[in-house]
Order: sequence, then C-alpha cells, then structure tokens
Amino acid sequence: MKKLIVGLFIALLPALGLAAGAAVPLDHMEPDHTDKASLQRGAALFTNYCMGCHSMEYARYKRVADDLEIPVELYEENLIFTGAKIGELMKNSMSKDMAAGWFGAPPPDLTLETRLRGESWVYSYLRGFYKDDSRPLGVNNVVFDNVGMPHILVEMQGLCAVKPNIGVGASVEPLSGNVNNADACPDYATEGSMSGAEFDQAMWDLTNFMSYMGDPVKVERERLGIFVLIFVAIFFVFAYLLNREYWKDVH
Amino acid sequence: MQKLINWVDERLPIVEAWNKHLAKYYAPKNFNVWYFFGSLAMLVLVNQLVTGIWLTMSYNPSAEGAFASVEYIMRDVEWGWLLRYLHSTGASAFFVVVYLHMFRGLMYGSYQKPRELIWIFGMLIYLVLMAEAFMGYLLPWGQMSYWGAQVIVNLFGAIPVIGEDLSLWIRGDYLISGITLNRFFALHVVALPIVLLGLVVLHILALHEVGSNNPDGIDIKKNKDENGIPKDGIPFHPYYTVHDLLGVGVFFFIFFIVVFFFPEVGGLFLEKPNFEPANALKTPAHIAPVWYFTPFYAMLRAVTVDFMGLPAKFWGVVVMGGAIAILFVLPWLDRSPVRSIRYKGWLSKIALAIFAVSFVILGYLGLVPATEGRTTVAQILTVLYFLYFILMPFYTRMENTKPVPERVTG
Repeated sequence: MKKLIVGLFIALLPALGLAAGAAVPLDHMEPDHTDKASLQRGAALFTNYCMGCHSMEYARYKRVADDLEIPVELYEENLIFTGAKIGELMKNSMSKDMAAGWFGAPPPDLTLETRLRGESWVYSYLRGFYKDDSRPLGVNNVVFDNVGMPHILVEMQGLCAVKPNIGVGASVEPLSGNVNNADACPDYATEGSMSGAEFDQAMWDLTNFMSYMGDPVKVERERLGIFVLIFVAIFFVFAYLLNREYWKDVH
Repeated sequence: MQKLINWVDERLPIVEAWNKHLAKYYAPKNFNVWYFFGSLAMLVLVNQLVTGIWLTMSYNPSAEGAFASVEYIMRDVEWGWLLRYLHSTGASAFFVVVYLHMFRGLMYGSYQKPRELIWIFGMLIYLVLMAEAFMGYLLPWGQMSYWGAQVIVNLFGAIPVIGEDLSLWIRGDYLISGITLNRFFALHVVALPIVLLGLVVLHILALHEVGSNNPDGIDIKKNKDENGIPKDGIPFHPYYTVHDLLGVGVFFFIFFIVVFFFPEVGGLFLEKPNFEPANALKTPAHIAPVWYFTPFYAMLRAVTVDFMGLPAKFWGVVVMGGAIAILFVLPWLDRSPVRSIRYKGWLSKIALAIFAVSFVILGYLGLVPATEGRTTVAQILTVLYFLYFILMPFYTRMENTKPVPERVTG
C-alpha cells in the first residue's frame, strides 16, 4: 500500500511543472516588494510613461502612496495628472474606443498584468523592442511579435537596430575575460539617455512596481503567514498531547 | 446548566442525539490516517460556507461589475484577500480531501453491503460538489471562468435532438452572458449549498445507522461485550474528536502554507488567464478546467471517432458521464467475500493501483494541450479506468482472498 501512495505522488509531480511552458525564452525577474526605493522609482516611471494609455483601474492612489511610503501631498503633486482625488481608482482619461482606433486594440489595464503573464515576461517584453520598418510604428518586439504598442521608452533605451538577446543572459568568456551580452542589445540604431545596465535597472524597478500592484498584500500576507503557521504548530503540540492522554486507555 | 439541558431535552431529544452520534457512537478503534478525510471534508465545507457568506457581502454578480468587485475584495475590503484565498484554496482542498476520502472507500470496501446507501449519498455529494465548483468558477468573470463555462455548457449541445436547446436553456442566452452569471450565482450561493448540506446529513445518518467500516473491513458489531458495546469499538467522542484534531492540525498547516504563500499554486488553483476580465471576442490559446475536473476532461478529449452516425463529441460526453455514473453502481460490482484490500487477492490490488495511477495521469493530461501521443495515452488510460469497474465482478470472484481475522488488527 505504501508503494502505491508513493507511486501516486510521483505520478502527480509533472503537474507541478506546469508553470513553465512559455515558448519564448525570457530573462528571469524575481520581484522584491520590500525594496521601497525600487517600487517608488517604478511608480514614477509607470505614472510618467505608461499611465497616459494604460490604467490600473482596480487600485487606488492612496493605497500606493501608503504602501510605498510616499507622502500624500507629494504624491498628488507629482504622480496624479488627471485631477483625480487621492482616494480614487487609478483610471486614465483615454477613451477605450478611440484608443482601439489608434492602436488596433485598446491598451489593456495593467493592474494584474504580472499575474496574467508573469514578472519575467513583463521584464523581458519591456527590454524586447527593436527597429522593424515593416511595422506601422517602426518597431517590433521579440517577446510579443507584431506588437501594437509603440516603443514608449525609446528616449531612455535608444532604439535597438537588431533583435535584442532576451533570455540569453550575460556570460564571461573564460580566455579573454570579455563580458558577452551584458547589454541585451548589441547594436543601437539611435542612442538613448541611459546605458544598457541603467535601462535594465529601470525596467527591473518598473516590473517590480507592476508586480507589487498585482499583489499588493504579498508582504503583509507572508508576514502573517509565519505567525499563522507557528500558531498551528503550537496547536498541534497540544492536540497531540491531548490525544495521547485520551488514547492511553485504548488497547 | 443541567436544568437548561433537561428543559430542552424534554422538548427536543438533544441528549439522545448527542449520544447516538457522538458519545455513544462506537467507531472501530483501528482507524488509520485514511480516516481523517471525512471530518476534514466537513471542516472545509464549513470554511467554504463561512468565507462564501462574507464574500457574497462584497461581490457584485453582474457582467459589468463581477471582475472589478473581486479585485475590490482583494484590495479594498478589510481582510477581503484572506476571505477570497481561503475560499479559492478551500475549493481545491475540498476536492483533495474528497478524492482521498473516496480512495479510502475503494481500498477498504466501505461501499460494500450494508453501506451501499452511504456510498450513493457520497457520490451524490461529489456530483453536487462538481456542479457547485463549476458554477463558482464562473463568478470571478475572468477569461478562464468565461471560456471554461462556455466549453462545458456547449457539451450539452452534443446531445442529439434536444442538445442545442438544452444548452441555450442552461445559459439563458446565446452565449455565456450576465444572465448566465446571475443564475450561476443564485445556484452557487443558495440552491446547491442547501442540497449539499442535506446530502451530508443523509450521508452521516446512513453511516451512523450501520456503523463505520475500518481498514480490516470487519464488522465490529459481531463481537460485543456483556453491555452490548462492540469490543473493538470506542466512543467517537472523545476518542475520535481529539484524534481528528491532530488531522486538523496537519491539514491546516499545509492549507495555510498555500493560502499565505502560494495561493495560485503556479496556476493550478487560480489559473493565470483568469487575471484578465472575460472577453467574448477573445478566446484564450489554451482552455483547461481546474485540476479537479481534468481527469474527466481528458476522457472527453480522448474520444476522437464518430460512431453510429453521432459525432465524437457526443460519445466523449457519454464517456465522461459514464465515468462518473459507473461509480454509483460500484457496490454491486464488487463480488468479493472480503471488504478490505488487505485481505483481497493480488488481482484486486493491481486493479486498484492501475485505476489510481490512470486517474492521476488522466488528470495531468487534461491540464496540458492535447497532442497525438497524449491523446493515445489518454485513450489507453480511459479504457483502463473503465476496465477497473467492468472487470470487477470477475476478478473479485476469481481471486483467492486471505482469511479475515475475528478482531481488528493494529
């Protein structure tokens, strides 16, 4: 019987590997919701560059300000452009119908984007744009083929002339000591204001912020989880002792 | 206190009920770890009812508001995220404990005479639970909610003559819409829970009438002492109530690891496409039901040939329905003179092992996109699944069984 049980568990194992399975290679991104500085930089980037088109309409400004420890006055002054009040949902003023006419499809709401596609996908996508004159907006993306979105961060990254090497990762040549692929883009058509490493860091911050927005309670949840598990463990000890006491007279 | 009890007892037999079902309900003393899952199922049921009631307070059952209201619960409602994760994790946990509970029944022959009705009530609970889970899954109104419901309701369309009208009647619309959402909500929060609770009461009443089975499959009522108490029996309360607390502790430890650290379980408990609102114009690349339905989904997809002028899809539905229906007649398929797998012959042991492994692998195949090779495997496993039942009257009678002891063993 024990063998049967073990067999059952082994048969179950493949199901656990389901999360992996994306066809496009991605650069791995592990978010850190405790890095407040990174989240604040990400929030600034998102508000300045993304929110013109993309809403985060399931979240409220106030929650972001509180969680990221940004003073409300500072937040209202610098990170709300629509005249919305701090307690409102993070919508934007672009009409979805008109946006559909401009881009083919309305830009999706991004509150849950990292939970839909994963942090690694978003991080790779943001760094995956390259020059492609056959496309209406002149750019394409290695992660999202025939993408409808313009390369909105081109002034920061510059425009990559060829397909960037996403999902490869940097490596050091053992003989020369040269670092290969430190910058995912080997050749720029136009230079941006940031170096490759700076842009990667900025996109890491932006992805980190989006990851936080998808699951804002994660840090608190995991903190509480520890206490809950400790409580259950102590409960188990008492349950065990109680059970042993009662079962002493069962033979 | 005693006065109050007496006052009530003269008007309602609470003392008798307490004794009949707890203090003087004699359960075999040799229950093993497999006997935790019945009471754990009850625990999860309570969890689902309580968290469900509180979720209903903030949920908006409309096509326009459902998705946003779930995010409202997750973000703006105090402890809403906890209620929702307890409920979503509880749904999967329910099926985990119910499958283990059913497997226990298969192993120790708990469905055999005189426990046929307990088994049938249990199967009805399982059936209602599947309907409850299916309708509940539409409520978040995400892409997988929507398209999963679309696929399943369309299955009814495969029934000849009445099929199309039947699926139209279930949806209340030509496609899954707010109307469907509203009726599924009503069924999920009112109608099915009432049926479920009623069936649970019947399941337990029938159990307490004939008494619990045990890993030896022995009838403990055959050996009674001078007071008419089974020698191998112990009062359910306090012995098994304190014993079940241990199970509760272990279960909660695993359950809360999921709730607090991995509520999505990598897309297994909460599927990723469901983080996108339902969109009738955009079909997801890969539609898969939640894990607890996938064995049957794999069987559905395994049928690929038209037969007797009817499409393969129809026969797929027949196979899927048959896979569940055949479980109902299990008590009459088992002709073995013994109950427990411990005393059955090697044919029964091998058959049960093949059955369990087939079911688990079918579950995996139902999760992943179908390929030609996978479909072939699913076809073989579907046949094996049915052979377990169809051949049961033969192998249980043919094989040599071991002698069953008079009294329970450890």
